[in-house]
Amino acid sequence: MLLEHLHRLNTARDARLATVTVTELGTGTARLFLEGEAYDPSIAPAIELALCTGKSGIIEIDGQAAFINVYLPPPRIVVIGAVHISQALAGMAQIAGFDLTIIDPRSAFATPERFGETKLLGEWPEDALQRAPLDAYTALVAVTHDPKIDDFPLMKALEAGCFYVGALGSRKTHAGRVERLTKLGVDETGIARIHAPIGLDIRASSPAEIAVAILADIIQTLHARCDGWPERR
Amino acid sequence: MLGQPLYPDPLTVAEEWHADGRGVAIATVIETWGSAPRPGGSHLVIDSQGNFHGSVSGGCVEGAVIVEAAEVITSGTARILEFGVADETAWRVGLSCGGRIRIYVERLG
Repeated sequence: MLLEHLHRLNTARDARLATVTVTELGTGTARLFLEGEAYDPSIAPAIELALCTGKSGIIEIDGQAAFINVYLPPPRIVVIGAVHISQALAGMAQIAGFDLTIIDPRSAFATPERFGETKLLGEWPEDALQRAPLDAYTALVAVTHDPKIDDFPLMKALEAGCFYVGALGSRKTHAGRVERLTKLGVDETGIARIHAPIGLDIRASSPAEIAVAILADIIQTLHARCDGWPERR
Repeated sequence: MLGQPLYPDPLTVAEEWHADGRGVAIATVIETWGSAPRPGGSHLVIDSQGNFHGSVSGGCVEGAVIVEAAEVITSGTARILEFGVADETAWRVGLSCGGRIRIYVERLG
């Protein structure tokens, strides 16, 4: 591997940018692509497939075998609201391999006593998301029930193309939310992307059960991103 | 690959080792069949002293890859290694779980 490629790859990964390398196995010649760049048309479909599925493997370029390696940022969850559900979700998400951060400006909720080692930002989402912006490899979970806190990050999540956007609340609560977000300029496609009521329908009732439903919903959505893509080879 | 990253990440370690003036090889799983322990794209990085970090098979064939990596660091010529249960080497460094993997070993820089 070229040193320059390794350096670009590591820099991109630090910035949570998806990256693909294509190495011709016969010659050792390698190319590196960042997500969103213009790809060589002859291999663009293979790159796009790899970016979506996250699967690395062998492809053929002009009859020669090449290895395509895809580096996706680790999926993470940003939770708006340091509530009981979030306490349960924090532990489960870690077990399932997600990096999780909780944001809540209400100092009574966002206390280390309630959350232990979990990353906790006791500030408004407007400020916290400025420093660590949402991206396509992030799930946004809004569970405060308070429009003043939840609405802004929900809009930001839709703008950033978060792979999952979920909001807690009954259908009635959500109807009010849809009205507010529509007034703020969110279109129908955006509204339809919000998982509300949040979580898979597993008849969850306790906070811990709701956390299971949310995490399962996130995992399903993450892996369903590429449904409909043809398998490689 | 999606999923939990390995800390510290092997490719980050490779860059640090190289900056340290060490010869470095990068081994990558390029193809798997059956129940291979690590998916395509997994990295093992090796330096000229035989230090290594990361994993291409969860411990089954790393020893053999490290030996080959030393030669790749010296020669600069990349090579492809194959391990499985069907060949001779399998008895020495075989995949205990029965899969088959191909590994690309290349020099950094």
